[in-house]
Amino acid sequence: MTTRQDHTLAELFRAANAGDERAYAEFLRLAAGLVRGFARGKCRGGEPDPEDVVQETLLAVHLKRHTWEPTRPVAPWLIGIARYKLIDGFRRRGRMIPVDLDDVIETLAAPEPETASPLEVNRALDALSAGQRSVVTSISLRGQSISATAAELNMSEGAVRVALHRGLAAIAKAFGKPS
Amino acid sequence: MKTDDLIAALAADAPGAGPSQSVRWVAALAGALVLAGIAFSAGLGPRPDMLASFAAVRFTFKFVLMAVLTLSALAALIELSRPEAARPRVLLALGIAPAMALVAVGLELWAVPAGEWSRRFLGANYTVCLVSVPLMGAAPLALAIFTLRAGAPSQAGLAGAVAGVLAGAVAAFFYAAHCTDDSPLFVAFWYTLAIGVLAAAGAVAGRLFARW
Repeated sequence: MTTRQDHTLAELFRAANAGDERAYAEFLRLAAGLVRGFARGKCRGGEPDPEDVVQETLLAVHLKRHTWEPTRPVAPWLIGIARYKLIDGFRRRGRMIPVDLDDVIETLAAPEPETASPLEVNRALDALSAGQRSVVTSISLRGQSISATAAELNMSEGAVRVALHRGLAAIAKAFGKPS
Repeated sequence: MKTDDLIAALAADAPGAGPSQSVRWVAALAGALVLAGIAFSAGLGPRPDMLASFAAVRFTFKFVLMAVLTLSALAALIELSRPEAARPRVLLALGIAPAMALVAVGLELWAVPAGEWSRRFLGANYTVCLVSVPLMGAAPLALAIFTLRAGAPSQAGLAGAVAGVLAGAVAAFFYAAHCTDDSPLFVAFWYTLAIGVLAAAGAVAGRLFARW
């Protein structure tokens, strides 16, 4: 992470907090890449799934984005969140002592593919109310805009925004909890 | 749901990050002052000679000390409710008030004959201090823990303890106007104990309620 990269991140994050959705999506993609590298380094043997850590971190980044001070570097803040969620992920796995799979990993040293479908977020999605779930899936899985979602579900745009916001908060809360 | 799908949903929810940590904590302090003030006027009230007593240095020092402790706890909490704060330097600020209290104790021991020490240390009503400061600080502590929940503290227990110090210092600031024991020998020990009760409660409450 260079100063220049952090500068780019900070600029995108500032624009995002001012309401720029495109800058925010770009920021989250860059952040996801950084957290993925961090999580893959720490989650030896794939427990917890690094992509779960990435997604849980992004949800926390979203809900806690007011805790970033715009004059400060982004990376320590971001990794602070990822670390917290990673430790949480280990703790949730209870007393299971992580097996040191160094030897196994050496034989599997090929670059890890993107996990196709992380489990946790889908389980959390199932915990939503039907209304919230249809809003969240319309915007995430089907890539529809707020206005298209509102028209399709016969809701006002304001109601869609509220359902989206509450749905995301509920996903973050349900993340990793047994259903 | 793939990560890119999740990002699409998060981006659509972009507006409305909400107020910064500093704004939230200053508002929490204002709320804590109001809550402790209400409890103070309902339960204790100022001592009759309060206004005249501000001429006395020992009386006034109690307020200065609690104000310094309140402000350093506030600064520490603004830091501690950020995820990157491992052990922020601003925690050092929490040492200022205890250092001031120690100097005041030294001066008091020097200024007052040894035969007077134990009477000044025990004071007239340390039980009132030990009971009313935690009681007046309970609602401010709840408010501080609530504010902590909205933050992202990476060390919830430590942050909760400092929230207890904030609530205790605010409560003791009001209590100082009621209490007739002004000697630093009294303040340094009994106030610390009373604030310590809230700090311990805050550490537990932080671990229970400020996880995110």
